[in-house]
Amino acid sequence: MSGIAGRGKVERNRMEAPLLSIRGLHKSFDETPILKGVSLDVEKGDLVSIIGPSGCGKSTFLRCMNFLEVPDAGRISIAGVTIDCQGLEDAPPKDLDAKAHELRQRVGMVFQQFNLFPHMTILENTMLGPVIGRGMPREEARIRGLQLLEKVDLATFAARYPTQMSGGQQQRAAIARALAMNPQVMLYDEPTSALDPELVAEVLAVMKQLDTEGMTQIIVTHEMRFARDASDYIVFMEAGHIIEISDEDEIFENPKDERTAHFLRRFQ
Amino acid sequence: MSAPFARGIMAAGLAVFLAVGFSRADEKVLRWGADTDSNAPYGFYNAENELTGFEYDIIQALAKEMGRKPVFVYNSWDGLIAGLGRGMYDLVICGIEITPDKAGEVLFSNPYYVTFEQFVDRKGSPPAASLDQLSGKEIGTLDQTAALAMLEKAPGVIVRPYEQEVNAYQDVANGRIFGVLLDYPIAKYYAAPNPNLQFSGPPFGQITYGMVFAKDNAALQQEVNKALQSLITKGTMRDILSRWGLWTPTIAGAFGQPEPPSLADTKYKAFVASHAEQATLWTRIQRYASNWPLLLDATLLTLSVSIVGMGIAIGVGFTLAIMRVFGAWPLRWAATCFIEVIRGTPLLIQLYIIFYGLPNLGILFGHPEFGIKLPPFWAGVIGLGLNYAAYEAENYRAGLMAIPKGQMEGARALGLSHSQGLRFVVIPQSFRLVLPPVTNDFISLLKDSSLVSMVTLIDLTGAYNRIATQTFDYFGTGLLIAAIYLLIGLPFVRLARWTEQRLAVDTRRPGQRPGMFSLTSPRKK
Repeated sequence: MSGIAGRGKVERNRMEAPLLSIRGLHKSFDETPILKGVSLDVEKGDLVSIIGPSGCGKSTFLRCMNFLEVPDAGRISIAGVTIDCQGLEDAPPKDLDAKAHELRQRVGMVFQQFNLFPHMTILENTMLGPVIGRGMPREEARIRGLQLLEKVDLATFAARYPTQMSGGQQQRAAIARALAMNPQVMLYDEPTSALDPELVAEVLAVMKQLDTEGMTQIIVTHEMRFARDASDYIVFMEAGHIIEISDEDEIFENPKDERTAHFLRRFQ
Repeated sequence: MSAPFARGIMAAGLAVFLAVGFSRADEKVLRWGADTDSNAPYGFYNAENELTGFEYDIIQALAKEMGRKPVFVYNSWDGLIAGLGRGMYDLVICGIEITPDKAGEVLFSNPYYVTFEQFVDRKGSPPAASLDQLSGKEIGTLDQTAALAMLEKAPGVIVRPYEQEVNAYQDVANGRIFGVLLDYPIAKYYAAPNPNLQFSGPPFGQITYGMVFAKDNAALQQEVNKALQSLITKGTMRDILSRWGLWTPTIAGAFGQPEPPSLADTKYKAFVASHAEQATLWTRIQRYASNWPLLLDATLLTLSVSIVGMGIAIGVGFTLAIMRVFGAWPLRWAATCFIEVIRGTPLLIQLYIIFYGLPNLGILFGHPEFGIKLPPFWAGVIGLGLNYAAYEAENYRAGLMAIPKGQMEGARALGLSHSQGLRFVVIPQSFRLVLPPVTNDFISLLKDSSLVSMVTLIDLTGAYNRIATQTFDYFGTGLLIAAIYLLIGLPFVRLARWTEQRLAVDTRRPGQRPGMFSLTSPRKK
């Protein structure tokens, strides 16, 4: 827990138990440490942006949150589900699978490359999780899928296949697909990086709207302007550590750590 | 599976049951094995599609003498002896020469025919007094015969082994080779009627044909020898061989009986007459048409072997691919071993091992009752299926690997388990990718299914052998059979292409039904 030069909202709302709480997360790939003990608390309804140079571990951190990557050590607690990663490699994989599954039920994920299923229509994409993963009746899932597509302004595209849509439309569909599982936290892994510049705004608009509705969202992003405009606070990572957690304006205007300042200078 | 295929399978199963269903305990039966597609005058199908031949007549007389009912079991020439070990029949009679090196492996009856090698060359050639005179000349014969062994010992002779005696004699007639050395009965039936050929020189060597029994069946050997002796003494053997034009001084001497034939050579004359008439296009078509029951059965067999074989290949191949891509290391290792061994060894050998090798497995370990004796249909289908499974596994593996990792991650993030992700996301997408190579393999399997004729099944290739040897019309029959293979393959190609188009995402119109794996498939609610 070294090197955190600031405290954001985390400090201000300490009276309430945070919705997401991560302690001492470690992760290595082939002996190369990527996360070197990362901790973070996120309150319900927060919109948090994680920024940092390439290779700093921010995507790995996000992917650990719903166990797409299994951490080597540390503790993850999201909406009442806690997984202690100490000695997980010795635990029966069945138990881990079951716990990870429980965790994923509460977490929605949006990927840089959308990862929509190209052999299904947009509507079917939103139905797959609820129907197969959760056993929701087809008709109910269909109605819910249509509602969510309407929410992201894609109601008329329900019967289309992903390849028949623009990148921005696909990413909005991917958000609708994640929302179909009724998550309590939404994770975004560079959601606009694969988009043409003119398509970025429509995706960010959806995320802003979700924020106003009270959704808890964590975004790994290079969109500094969006991070500054929409985030409740910003997490700066470098070399496997969280360096600084600051209010969105403060970090841009008055970074406490030299490394943060150095990174942000390139965007100004 | 539609009715005709099912019928084909059932018919094949029934044939198998009839062929191997008679147990040794049933003393009233004499099961005899032969390759009736090889040649006249031993055992063959005549122009009327009836089984005949001097060996056929001998077996009928012998069985009567022994008070048994003769039951014929077909097997291909290469598998005849192995079939004895498998217990498919009690004896083999197929012009097999008694030699000391074979005698260690099997039991022979006393000779039922004694003859010699006859040299045949083009009309007008100077007579050959000995094989030494043939030095530097190209001489044809059949593979795996005593004549071949003799020619290989003669200095300077260039040996040309043929599959079919008809082709060998044809090549002498049109000057491609100098002459042919073959057993006298073959020369008598295939060369003597040809006005361009002549018998040349003295009888070479001496060949004795014997019936073959399994090594542990001395009782039957004694019984057959006794009956055979009785047939010789009564003159029945002389009658049979005379009718077939095979009563020579050699055999008369061997049996200690008078040299002149006891009867006219009516069966020989009939054979020559039936092949003398020049086949016009019309008579050929009539001949093909008259074979339609055989062709229909053969087509159904080829189809059912291919379809069931492909079903096994797809099922096993899919399992192997999943093991290899997603399994823990012991599974991965096992799947890889299977695939490499199967891909790296010939299908023909695999079929032999499954059909003839597995029944001996128990004997090898001293427990004959534990041998695995698969019926021919299932041996063929399992052999083909396992072989193609190795190729299918690699197709599917490539298909599974071609799906981006993010697809599975997307599924997992939606709360699907790994197997649900495979089933609903990864496999449906790879299905379309592997369809073209799988279609390719099916067509290839359809043709490779011809190898099941090695495990006693009469498929299209077996039908080709029978019709061609019966009519000597190798070219026309070949075209006919090739056309049938092509015709039965095409519908599957069309079906595959149609499916591929249905699944093609990029060419689909918005809202068009994808057809498979659809979550919103129109289901009555």
